[in-house]
Amino acid sequence: MSVVEQSDRPGFIARMRDTDIWYSFVRNRIVMLAAFITIVIFLGALFAPLVAPHNPFDLASLSLMDSLVPPAWMEESDPRYLLGTDDQGRDILSAIIYGARISLAVGFASVAFAAVLGISLGLLAGYLGGRTDAIIMRIADVQLTFPSILIALLIDGSVRGIFGGQFSREDSAFYVLVLSIGLSFWVQYARTVRSSTLVEKNKEYVQAARLIGLHPIKIMLRHVLPNVTGPVLVIATINLALAIITEATLSFLGVGIPSTQPSLGTLIRIGNDFLFSGEWWITIFPGIALAVLALAINLLGDWLRDVLNPRLR
Amino acid sequence: MLAFTIRRLIQSIGVMLVVSLIAFVMFRFVGDPVDQMVGLETTIEEREILREQLGLNDATPVQFLRFVGNAIQGDFGVSYQFKRPVATILGERMPATLELAFVSAILALVAGIPMGVYTALRRESVLSKLFLMISLIGVSLPTFLIGILFIFLFAVVFQILPSFGRGEIVDLGWWRTGLLTSSGLKALILPSITLALFQMTLIMRLVRSEMLEVLRTDYIKFCQARGLRSRSVNFGHALKNTLVPVITIAGLQIGSLIAFAIITETVFQWPGMGLLFLQAVQNVDIPIMAAYLLLIAFLFVMINMAVDMLYVVVDPRIRIGGGEE
Repeated sequence: MSVVEQSDRPGFIARMRDTDIWYSFVRNRIVMLAAFITIVIFLGALFAPLVAPHNPFDLASLSLMDSLVPPAWMEESDPRYLLGTDDQGRDILSAIIYGARISLAVGFASVAFAAVLGISLGLLAGYLGGRTDAIIMRIADVQLTFPSILIALLIDGSVRGIFGGQFSREDSAFYVLVLSIGLSFWVQYARTVRSSTLVEKNKEYVQAARLIGLHPIKIMLRHVLPNVTGPVLVIATINLALAIITEATLSFLGVGIPSTQPSLGTLIRIGNDFLFSGEWWITIFPGIALAVLALAINLLGDWLRDVLNPRLR
Repeated sequence: MLAFTIRRLIQSIGVMLVVSLIAFVMFRFVGDPVDQMVGLETTIEEREILREQLGLNDATPVQFLRFVGNAIQGDFGVSYQFKRPVATILGERMPATLELAFVSAILALVAGIPMGVYTALRRESVLSKLFLMISLIGVSLPTFLIGILFIFLFAVVFQILPSFGRGEIVDLGWWRTGLLTSSGLKALILPSITLALFQMTLIMRLVRSEMLEVLRTDYIKFCQARGLRSRSVNFGHALKNTLVPVITIAGLQIGSLIAFAIITETVFQWPGMGLLFLQAVQNVDIPIMAAYLLLIAFLFVMINMAVDMLYVVVDPRIRIGGGEE
């Protein structure tokens, strides 16, 4: 009551610290740990050339003499390679940092692609209704009956069948992956956005915009879109972990990123061949990195969903 | 009830038609079927003759109808890799996948439901927290990673279980089973647990949240007030009412079990349909991909229908509501 005279508005940080989200964040130690791990991995991946002790892609620096060196705390190890090296003499730690970079890039790109596609189709279906709605949502229904990994595999196979001869694996793998993962994830966004669009469409501000004769596309983008994007953020966070896992799975299955520029999944696949000959570190360390990354993002996504969902309060 | 069944049947046929259209487009337009069948030295005239024989010069709708007609009769063409009929290859591989999926489904139910009930009844116990933590890990860890960890632990470090293949197979004529030999059963342990883990955590979490909801209702409190034994309250009254969503999810998950078997089969080199499909994707063997897609779609549609029918049997409320519709 008495703060009315207070003229200076509190700064951004001060306002953030006053929110429910911040309160729930500070109270929850596990979420704080997950956020910390996520940020560390993000920064490590972003500044990989500065952080990584070696450049695993610099063929000149690789030496077969250094291949299959065990981690630093084991016998016959080399202090230069903290987590050991693989069969080509690449430093595992550096390969993980660079691999996380590729995994995250694929993850972000495919989530962005899925979100843009899903939001556009959801807006169109919800706003236009009628036959457009029916066609889009029936496609969504059919797609939803199948697990996304199966759809990603099918798209991956078809795309490589169509464009197979024209581009090399190295150049196209990234885009093929983003396309297949993105196309297998769009349904959730479309359904969510469609249902909120159906509600927003009948509100007065949309009717007013329609009355003054704005173009439907402008109404959708400028008026409806900002009001339906809230839940999309939560889906995107949870999807990021799922996209990273899907990328790793596809790469592990041998239809993803090739081994010249390995992602986390590719590293695990390479190492899998050495599991029986005793060189367990090649596959186990990238595996742990992938698991920790997915778990941390999942925890953040779950927390975000709980905090932003007013029904659970 | 009859109207409901017929409506679901028409929907299912619609879904199957859409999927077969996709499969047909893949089959016909991804890569040239003729190029895949003939060698380099085949002349253009010979290719034209083959094209005519295969009916590839007919109008597209005619080709689609023929494709659907052949598919219904179980003819999916010839695999580009193996040069054998796709249906035969799939038939050989199917028992392995079905056995794996079946055992995993049983495992997931037998372990998941009691764990869910336990974590709901004893929310504060250490064991409950342990179960919940395992379930979080089970949801976050990719299937292939769990498989590799299992192989590392049980096949490499302890060397007590085989890490690949099906073990000894008994040929029953129409079904080649690994369930009758000890090596076959041993080979089944790791893959089935790997495949079951995700479904198990899903079922456990579902049973737990449903139980918590039901335990809060008035009729459970009334049962307790009447002095019924807690076992009969918890299992006879509470658990029974959680079963509808559990049946739905468990039913739908059988389909995903078969699809996720692709990953498990690859990790453990299990000679099933999933491994076959993956090799087809790697080598762009479109007939196998198309046939597998249709087969999985058919399974999903059948399971969906069965689940809907089961609802009506389990939950009398739906029976009455369905009649009014």
